[in-house]
Amino acid sequence: MDLSAINPVILIASLMAAATPILLAATGELVVEKSGVLNLGVEGMMITGAICGFAAAVETGSPALGFVAAALGGAALSLIFGFLTQVLMSNQVATGLALTLFGLGLSALIGQGYVGIKPPGTAALNLGPLSDIPVIGRILFSHDLMVYLSLALVAGVWAGLRYTRAGLVLRAVGENHDAAHALGYKVVRLRLAAIAFGGAMAGLGGAYLSLVRVPQWTEGMTAGAGWIALAIVVFASWKAPRVLLGAYLFGGVAVLQLNLQAAGLAVPVEVLSMSPYLVTILVLVIMSADRSRAAINAPASLGRRFHASS
Amino acid sequence: MIRLERRPAPSRAWTVATPLLAVALTMVAGGLLFAALGKDPVAAIRTIFWDPLFNDQFAAYSRPQLLVKAGPLILIAIGLSLGFRANIWNIGAEGQYIIGAICGAGVGLAFYPSESWLVFPLMVIAGGLGGWAWAMIPAILKTRFQTNEILVSLLLVYVAEQILASMSLGLMRNPEGGGFPGSRNFQQYPAASNPELIAGTGMHWGVVAAFVAVIGAYVLLNRHMLGFHIRLTGQSPRAARFAGVRPTRLVLFCLGASGALAGLAGLFEVSGPAGQISIDFNQGYGFTAIIVAFLGRLHPVGILLAGLLMALTYIGGELAQFMLGLPAAAIQLFQGMLLFFLLGVDVLSNFRIRLGRREAA
Repeated sequence: MDLSAINPVILIASLMAAATPILLAATGELVVEKSGVLNLGVEGMMITGAICGFAAAVETGSPALGFVAAALGGAALSLIFGFLTQVLMSNQVATGLALTLFGLGLSALIGQGYVGIKPPGTAALNLGPLSDIPVIGRILFSHDLMVYLSLALVAGVWAGLRYTRAGLVLRAVGENHDAAHALGYKVVRLRLAAIAFGGAMAGLGGAYLSLVRVPQWTEGMTAGAGWIALAIVVFASWKAPRVLLGAYLFGGVAVLQLNLQAAGLAVPVEVLSMSPYLVTILVLVIMSADRSRAAINAPASLGRRFHASS
Repeated sequence: MIRLERRPAPSRAWTVATPLLAVALTMVAGGLLFAALGKDPVAAIRTIFWDPLFNDQFAAYSRPQLLVKAGPLILIAIGLSLGFRANIWNIGAEGQYIIGAICGAGVGLAFYPSESWLVFPLMVIAGGLGGWAWAMIPAILKTRFQTNEILVSLLLVYVAEQILASMSLGLMRNPEGGGFPGSRNFQQYPAASNPELIAGTGMHWGVVAAFVAVIGAYVLLNRHMLGFHIRLTGQSPRAARFAGVRPTRLVLFCLGASGALAGLAGLFEVSGPAGQISIDFNQGYGFTAIIVAFLGRLHPVGILLAGLLMALTYIGGELAQFMLGLPAAAIQLFQGMLLFFLLGVDVLSNFRIRLGRREAA
């Protein structure tokens, strides 16, 4: 084993890239859950985004268009969930699961012709002299646009929920939909918008996987990333800055275990590969063991169905 | 103006009719999908739903497959339905299925080449216990730390898949297999194999277990206090608490039972149709069983029928792949669509549709 082969600077830099798909998806899901909807279909929307983005990027040769297509694909899929849960008032847990199963099938069907193709590359942003600063330049200023965009989106969601009127209304709907309805807010319409936003974010996260992280298309390539994103929202106790913390923590574990595999640590590969999932479970347990905190922060109407006349 | 009016109680007629309506709608939408893929929709639907059972050429092979595929689906779905009724969501049945198979197969391989009649019963017990233990992880975390059982049970599927990979490449690899991954084949080890009981029917011990589980669940839900508690908790958690239902025990029971049944399904599969522990012997039955449970309206008899129908889509799907070149993913999509339609038309059993303006209250 050769641990000296692991360069901490590169490790931290690649941690940010590894965390980006989950960060995007978790931020989207945060908004959805803040509006009082539990969408368990993140995995399905991510993988649909991954193939929509991949296909669009390959066909047009433009990764940017790929990301746009991924966001649209994710949002379109999430609106099926939105229609079923908000208009037809189906069970949110079951519908979310259906969305994941459906998304996995849909992506496999679209992706048939795209196995083994290389997508057009996404270049790192040229930040001139900034990226030449030793250590910090490599860690902070050597990424592609999506990494910075994901950070900007987290900041935007945080500020939007905290300081804007729309954010306040969204939180009100999530805390008590009957009261919000009585005040004249359009509960269903608002929730549909939140669900579509969550879908678009999950789609972007998926496309980051297929276009930048991997980069190629394989069936089921998200491998539970959507579920980890859901866990991170719980870990973050529904607060945007802590979503960032959770995603980077997870990214750190994922990158570290890959590096340890490469360095030939005397631990079976399978144990290292399952470590991100085990760490996620451990973190979930720690967070939910603190009963007072978990109960206070969850949106009060989370997962409950809303029917105006009742 | 269309509006929905909540029914005081779910309509009984619609509760029975909605799964049939959902299947019909899925056939229509699936036909459109197949047409979009450039296949003849009528031929595709006929190949999936009719030919496996009644075509002279294929039925001889396909009919037994129906029970082979429906057995594990029904067994797992029965377990899941108990929890789903009480709002306890075990969606990691796939993981419990894998671990059950590994534990059961482990016992069988440990006794190789003993020909004692005890080997297979011991494997069955180990399989059930393995699945039960794997489901106890989310159950205990839920009861002790209030951890969300949905996420934990699902994440454990990925852990189980890694264990499976490790087992089939390492500990359980067939020493006489020339270095290929995968364990010894149980079909060549009579004391540990799960053979077809009646030739030409596909009936094996797993199918027998599935029928027993259907009857057991029916009795439990309709004739037993525990079953009443499960139903009560699902319909009104508050009322259940006042009635003295202990949520902790219910969580442990529902997750444990579904885990044990999934583990049994895994063991019967690995010692029978699949034959050996290999990296990909699991076929996603644990996830499809979720669809089966809902399609069967969480009712034991419904699940029995839904399991057979779902098995038909698997077999028909394979046939359509072979005959019409329909992609495998299209069948997966078809199954997902079925669940969507089912959840969507469910609105009819809980709500009345009213046309016209709302009257002033």
